[in-house]
Amino acid sequence: MNLSKRRTALVAGGVAAAMLLSACGGSDDNGGGGGDGAAADGGTFSVYVGEPENPLIPGNTTESEGHQVISSLWTGLIEYAADGAVEYTGVAESIESEDNTTWTVELKDGWTFHDGTPVTAQSFVDAWNYTAYSPNAQGASYFFSNILGYDDLQAPTDDEGNVTGDPAAEELSGLRVIDENTFEVELASPFAQFPVTVGYNAFWPMPEAFFEDPEGFGAMPIGNGPFQAEGEFVPGQGITVTRYEDYAGEDPAVAESVDFRVYADLNTGYNDLQAGNLDVLPDLPPDALASAQDVLGDRYLEAPSSGFTYLGYPTYDERFSDPRVRQALSMGVDRQAISDAIFAGSRTPADAYVAPVVDGYREGVCEYCELDVDAANALLDEAGFDRSQPIELWFNAGAGHDAWVQAVGNQLRENLGLDYVLRGELDFAEYLPLLDEQGVTGPFRLGWSMDYPSPQNYLEPLYSTAALPPAGSNATFYSNPEFDALIQQGNSASSNEEALDFYNQAEDILLEDMPIIPMFFDLEQAGHSENVSDVVIDVFGDIDVANVTPTS
Amino acid sequence: MGRYIARRLLLTIPVMLGASFLIFALVYALPGDPIRALGGDRPLAPAVVAQLTDEFNLNDPLWLQYVKYVGDLLQGDFGTDFRGREVLDTITQRMPVTIKLALVAIAFEIVIGIVAGVMAGIRKNGFFDNVVLVSTTLIVSIPILVLAFVAQFTLGLQLGLFPIAGVNDGWYSYLLPGLVLAAGSLAYVARLTRTSIAENMRADYVRTARAKGLPRRDVIVRHTLRNSLIPVVTFVGADIGTLMGGAIVTETVFNLPGIGRAVFDAVRAQEGAVVVGIVTLLVFVFIFFNLVVDVLYAVLDPRIRYE
Repeated sequence: MNLSKRRTALVAGGVAAAMLLSACGGSDDNGGGGGDGAAADGGTFSVYVGEPENPLIPGNTTESEGHQVISSLWTGLIEYAADGAVEYTGVAESIESEDNTTWTVELKDGWTFHDGTPVTAQSFVDAWNYTAYSPNAQGASYFFSNILGYDDLQAPTDDEGNVTGDPAAEELSGLRVIDENTFEVELASPFAQFPVTVGYNAFWPMPEAFFEDPEGFGAMPIGNGPFQAEGEFVPGQGITVTRYEDYAGEDPAVAESVDFRVYADLNTGYNDLQAGNLDVLPDLPPDALASAQDVLGDRYLEAPSSGFTYLGYPTYDERFSDPRVRQALSMGVDRQAISDAIFAGSRTPADAYVAPVVDGYREGVCEYCELDVDAANALLDEAGFDRSQPIELWFNAGAGHDAWVQAVGNQLRENLGLDYVLRGELDFAEYLPLLDEQGVTGPFRLGWSMDYPSPQNYLEPLYSTAALPPAGSNATFYSNPEFDALIQQGNSASSNEEALDFYNQAEDILLEDMPIIPMFFDLEQAGHSENVSDVVIDVFGDIDVANVTPTS
Repeated sequence: MGRYIARRLLLTIPVMLGASFLIFALVYALPGDPIRALGGDRPLAPAVVAQLTDEFNLNDPLWLQYVKYVGDLLQGDFGTDFRGREVLDTITQRMPVTIKLALVAIAFEIVIGIVAGVMAGIRKNGFFDNVVLVSTTLIVSIPILVLAFVAQFTLGLQLGLFPIAGVNDGWYSYLLPGLVLAAGSLAYVARLTRTSIAENMRADYVRTARAKGLPRRDVIVRHTLRNSLIPVVTFVGADIGTLMGGAIVTETVFNLPGIGRAVFDAVRAQEGAVVVGIVTLLVFVFIFFNLVVDVLYAVLDPRIRYE
């Protein structure tokens, strides 16, 4: 028995050795041409994505990785031009209203889902009802809060937040299907920007197949976009999509198929791009920024993105309740120096509350965003600010914010003679609830990226009274009736110009009150291989995969 | 022997129950609200938060959450993560990757480690022994993260010998990560084998074997090596569990969608069901290989009996 055991062991050893040998042989074959996988059948390329956080369901996707994938699978009512302007190249023929409250959406003929079923008014209405209905627990639910009847779709809860029953209704009373190609949307309050918002993924149509099996659908989505899913999405690995031949849009996909590959680490993706195994990298690792331009040459791309980084003031804290203090601290920070030192110049110093990517941005409008040490010190003295107490700077842990927040602290110390304490020990799961319950004691880091290209999206969700936590993102607890009124006037304005004017006025109020320290507008960097051309970063910071052309 | 194995297997039940409760309690003790963090910078609608909190029993006390979890588990339901994905799917999709990686690593560990150890051990203080001593010291002292990036950059990117990331090239994709993962243990195995061999080379039975005129090869392989392997087998057995659960760094750098990465992500997102499901499975793997090791003792050394 002993002998036979040992023979087995020897055989196993032999197998292992053979395996090693054959693998080494393999290395000779594959060693030279790294990029052959992408170019072999002429029309295929690969794209880096991080692991999408949710199943691939538009109504449950609120982060950028999932968005990159589903935006190749769907086309919404409208699309956005490179400068963020609304283009009626999507499913909608027109979206019109006389009073900014009741909107009539007219659809084009001929749009179909990848399973062959037509895209109808019902496809939109059903999808919106599903996403808004709270028991379905869809992440983008709140996008429908402005539609009449939204509250009736929210399940009642007791004081401790336990669900106590079913919602009063299953369908939004503000949505009405008129005919196959027409539906009506009645809003709870006038909103002139409504057509701008509906390009966002929360508003995309869903086929009947989705409602039959929402769970299976998330792995193998069926949309109406330029590409269709070829197989299931495999977590940790990715999904392959192929060109949808019956696509009704004006810009069908150029490539035959696209391979979305999930990576855990951006550095690995960057190495893979250099080795020629990956074709499109929509993001570059921070420590490669300085050298990427040299390494990639004309395959390096840079474009302004919608990302906005800021330090919010706890306006409920007595120390930061005086606008003069808030103005002074903002003036004590040299944003360009921090961008150069920490981000290799890849952030634009913020000079407004509204980002440059949207219509309504006014360059250099933020007077207190420029470094002015003397004025800042004078303001602090005038406000009687107690400089003996250190300033606590808050940020969430493990997300790479340590360096730049510390740089802000150093600037405050150097320029204004303030000591600082870094409070970066909390994870997001603790950090956010703390913000909600007014628990922070100093400026705190937050970020924002737009859902749709409108200045309203940079103002109302962040500073309006209606957006106070826990329902909204106004973590500074800033509240100003004048600001709210101007936003409302902008929302119900009769023309886009008029609306912009009101939004600008609203921004002017913020520029005096300074509820936050605007820090940076992000720049998006990307790189691609020699196998593809026409790689363009869109207004959301994603790569428009339908346009990418494989060249070999 | 059969009764011994049955008893050991029965013992795993309380161990796994205890381990899973402990892990469950640890995840429960993590501060913060995982549902609130789902939305990121912008909060979910309050009713959606309430719905998810309710669905995952997060308002219940710890013991009740655990009882509900085990109740579902006994019916074969591993639960879902906060995104609605089945935990069982996550395990079945990711386990094969980690198993392959661990197999490759173990193969390197055994083959290279033992061969180097034997060669160093039979000529103690010789040239090769010193080479092994220096090189293993070097390997053990480099953190695996550094090793992984250096190997990826030089062997993968500059020389183009190995794929850099992913599992698209079959077993070939696992070679470089497997080597990196095995590096530390490989050094230990080499040193353990060396010490053990060097010691046994001076033993009486080896002298006897030599004296009766056995060929040198037979003396080393059949007498010395076999008796020297017990500490090595113990180490390798325990290492399988470590390799399976501890491959987080390697899996991340080489972009292998394995179980280590899944656990890491789940801990960060406070996904109790995922963490407990996977870690309990790893506990079982660990127990199982310890049992295998104990049984192997009897094979290696007939003096050891289990009754």
